[in-house]
Amino acid sequence: MELALPQLNFISIMPETLLSVVAMALLLVNVLVKSEEKAYLGYLSLAGLMGALYTVPWGEKIGGFGGMVLQDNFSSFFTSIFILCAAMTILISDGYFKKEGCNHGELYPLILFATVGMMFMAKATDLMTVFLGLEVLSVALYILAGFNRDSVKSNEAGLKYFLLGAFSTGFLLYGMALIYGATGTTKIAKIAALAAQNGAVANNTMFLVGMLLMATGFSFKIAAAPFHMWTPDVYEGAPTPITAFMSAGPKAAGFAAFLRVFLIALPTLTVQWSDLLWILAVLTMTIGNIIALSQDNIKRMLAYSSIAHAGYALVGFTAHNAAGVSGVLFYLLSYTFMNIGAFAIIVMIGKKGEPNNNVQDYAGFGTKRPVLAMCFSIFLFSLAGIPPTAGFIGKFYLFAGAVQQGYIWLAIIGVLNSAASVYYYLRVMVYMYMKKPDEEFNWITLSPAIMLCIFIAVVGVLIPGVIPNSVLTLAANSLPLP
Amino acid sequence: MDYILSLITFIPLAGVLLLLVMPRNDALQRYTALAVSLAAFVVSIPLITGFQTNADYQFVENVPWIAAGSFQMNYHLGIDGISLWLVILTTFIMPLAILSTFTAVEEKVKEYMICLLLLEVGMLGAFVSLDLFLFYIFWELMLIPMYFIIGIWGGKNRIYAAVKFFIYTMVGSLLMLIAIMYVYFKAGAGDFNITRFYNIGLDPATQTWLFLAFALAFAIKVPMFPLHTWLPDAHTEAPTAGSVILAAVLLKMGTYGFVRFAMPLFPDATAQFTPLIATLSVIGIIYASLVAMVQEDVKKLVAYSSVAHLGFVMLGVFALNQQGIAGGMLQMLNHGISTGALFLIVGFIYERRHTRLITDFGGLSKQMPVFATIFMIVTFSSIGLPGTNGFVGEFLVLIGSFESDLRWYTIIASSGVILSAVYMLWMFQRVMFGELTNPKNKTLTDLNGREILIMAPLVALIFVMGLYPIPFIDKMNPAIEKLITQTKQKQVAGVAISSEPVDMQALPIWNPAEPK
Repeated sequence: MELALPQLNFISIMPETLLSVVAMALLLVNVLVKSEEKAYLGYLSLAGLMGALYTVPWGEKIGGFGGMVLQDNFSSFFTSIFILCAAMTILISDGYFKKEGCNHGELYPLILFATVGMMFMAKATDLMTVFLGLEVLSVALYILAGFNRDSVKSNEAGLKYFLLGAFSTGFLLYGMALIYGATGTTKIAKIAALAAQNGAVANNTMFLVGMLLMATGFSFKIAAAPFHMWTPDVYEGAPTPITAFMSAGPKAAGFAAFLRVFLIALPTLTVQWSDLLWILAVLTMTIGNIIALSQDNIKRMLAYSSIAHAGYALVGFTAHNAAGVSGVLFYLLSYTFMNIGAFAIIVMIGKKGEPNNNVQDYAGFGTKRPVLAMCFSIFLFSLAGIPPTAGFIGKFYLFAGAVQQGYIWLAIIGVLNSAASVYYYLRVMVYMYMKKPDEEFNWITLSPAIMLCIFIAVVGVLIPGVIPNSVLTLAANSLPLP
Repeated sequence: MDYILSLITFIPLAGVLLLLVMPRNDALQRYTALAVSLAAFVVSIPLITGFQTNADYQFVENVPWIAAGSFQMNYHLGIDGISLWLVILTTFIMPLAILSTFTAVEEKVKEYMICLLLLEVGMLGAFVSLDLFLFYIFWELMLIPMYFIIGIWGGKNRIYAAVKFFIYTMVGSLLMLIAIMYVYFKAGAGDFNITRFYNIGLDPATQTWLFLAFALAFAIKVPMFPLHTWLPDAHTEAPTAGSVILAAVLLKMGTYGFVRFAMPLFPDATAQFTPLIATLSVIGIIYASLVAMVQEDVKKLVAYSSVAHLGFVMLGVFALNQQGIAGGMLQMLNHGISTGALFLIVGFIYERRHTRLITDFGGLSKQMPVFATIFMIVTFSSIGLPGTNGFVGEFLVLIGSFESDLRWYTIIASSGVILSAVYMLWMFQRVMFGELTNPKNKTLTDLNGREILIMAPLVALIFVMGLYPIPFIDKMNPAIEKLITQTKQKQVAGVAISSEPVDMQALPIWNPAEPK
């Protein structure tokens, strides 16, 4: 009997390998670094991230590990989003954790491990890899959400996220098990092939229920309504840089896996799942926006807005055509820039214990710090989807995808939501520019790292907003492959 | 000359960048902004001289901008006789508006100038865009600076007014965005060039919906009754320069949108909705005039008069014949000049007295003779007295719509002419004539040199356009003819609103200078 070893093809997971090695090395170095010098770990992890970004291959299709992972443009696009997200998070963490008194070196390896987990989710061509990536991501995130040990809110966030996250993973795993039960394989491409060949598989109730349960699990991860309940509390309680990270990266990772599994593995159920996603998109956009309207806490407001944004991305996903899906990719990239940019400002304004997170605390900001306020306004306008920002171009592609596919009403509901969202983004600007502050404004800590992050974010919002061609082309060439 | 439109559009943007890096010095910022806006005006003059009197788009620039996935957007600029004068109006009004802020705005001068110039970029860009996507970008871009102008430098209720303005406009334009996408996919692969969309031949049922989406966006901007409620708030709260630009240019976006996009794109729907739009226009004229009559605040009165004037424009445009559209277009320019001037006048008086209530004034003509003269001329122009520009526009609108199927609407609308005389003259009388009773008014000073400098070009134009409007109309005519054929020929079903094109030169009003 010949024992066939699966072809490993390590080249297919180059960036992941590199980041994992860096993260493990950082754990060791951490022991040697004094607590006030933990920032060096941040620089090292930034270097690791940049190295990983450099090794991301483009334009190649490399399978590995016996079909467990696939390196293609789709995964490269998402990998770039994750790396950018992690790097910007590390930049805005500068000084924050010291201020909060929880400057533990484990922060950086945890962020890197979470990033590796996300990268595997985008690369997965096997349901098992999706699950493994998700777990690596989630476990790291549970710790990160509760990273501020002394804060009750942060603890609450960590525990809540853990309980609900574990619960939702259960759904996802059960869905995968049912799909396996119906088809006898966990390979994404094979599932599709089997379902296409064999009508009995495709029409099997088990197969359908598996799809539903997986959709539920993914919806938890991307915080789509009605599975969004955990989001506001977790986002509010988690340390602000971690909130920024969670709202951009893991959401994108959830979409990556969601897209690949549903587009590639379940084309036979397209009618069913696009109907399902239609409903999810409408609920997510509407609930997110309506509740965000009444929020005073800016972190909570952005949490609900991030729910709404998942809804917009779901619009493109529902359309499942080239414009819609490339719109999702473009939008998630833009969202990373605009949302982390906005959180960078919030980090800067909040002081220890985070008391300055109410929209009223922004009164007079526009007068005292005109440049920062202008940057914040750019992020908010982009979130609201007003040209000439990346947020507008992204939304245009998402909604255009829906219109092209005939989902006119979905697009109309989407733009009406967009119009409603303008109100709460404008509200922040009203306070920044049009109200006088109650007390003097003297607690801004400007650090070069945060400034760099804000600069990157402004560039990432404005350049693709004005000359979006290259990024759009990249997104259009990065549709998921089997 | 090849890039003249880009140059005009982006000179203000260069000014914005210049102001951003400049040190904070109020006088320096003011003069720089003024110089930049003047530069844009000077550069725009060759548009008039170089404009060939034909129906083609001229000074065209067309370069690929976005080509990704299934989309192709071009940076496509060009003007025809319809947009030519609106571009000139914009570049002409801007320096005057900026000049008017020199003493009116003391706080955050730098930001104010940046907002004004950014607004100019948006307005010019929207008028010169021939790519529907590009147009939309500029259209939305206008919102941001205007929002800040109202919200930061406005009056007491500014925040409410600013948010209302923003949300109203946003809702309308977002639905238009969906309609744009739909039209694009219906047209098949290609770019967003509007002339390409003119020839799709959509079925009338689809046109109905698309027209509604476009019309909503434009009707909010015009604003047409009953979507006008944001306007009195925005106008009253906005600072003087904001009101001037809002009235002179921003409202024209709405009517321009109808002429450029909604009507030629959806000819059947246009025919179908003409009665509705005419009804709303007539209601707007009468209702806004009546409301204007009872206003106690001069600025609010002028704001409501805007609604009435724009009602005339809409009526003329939807008459869909040569005189009607020419009158409507001319009335757009007239309204820009005379209402812009009225807001400036209100601004002058507000700067002196910090009140705009009619009852606070009275007998000002004795104290401020120059002011009174200018105010009177502008008032006459707004009423449409023969010899002023307002008359030509209104007269043409009424002739045009009387000749069309809208005859009955015209008869009712004509009463608006009388009503406008009532509310304007009554206001003028209460403010300027009578006894100078209020002691606070006794110390009022007449207009200073700068203020006269602002008003002089406007007053001159009132007479030029009133006495010799031919050059304006001549340049428009071919484009208007094309629009009419465009809209009428393509009508598959629906009622045809026809009337023979009348030779403009044959009308007695055209050559008042020539003795008959």
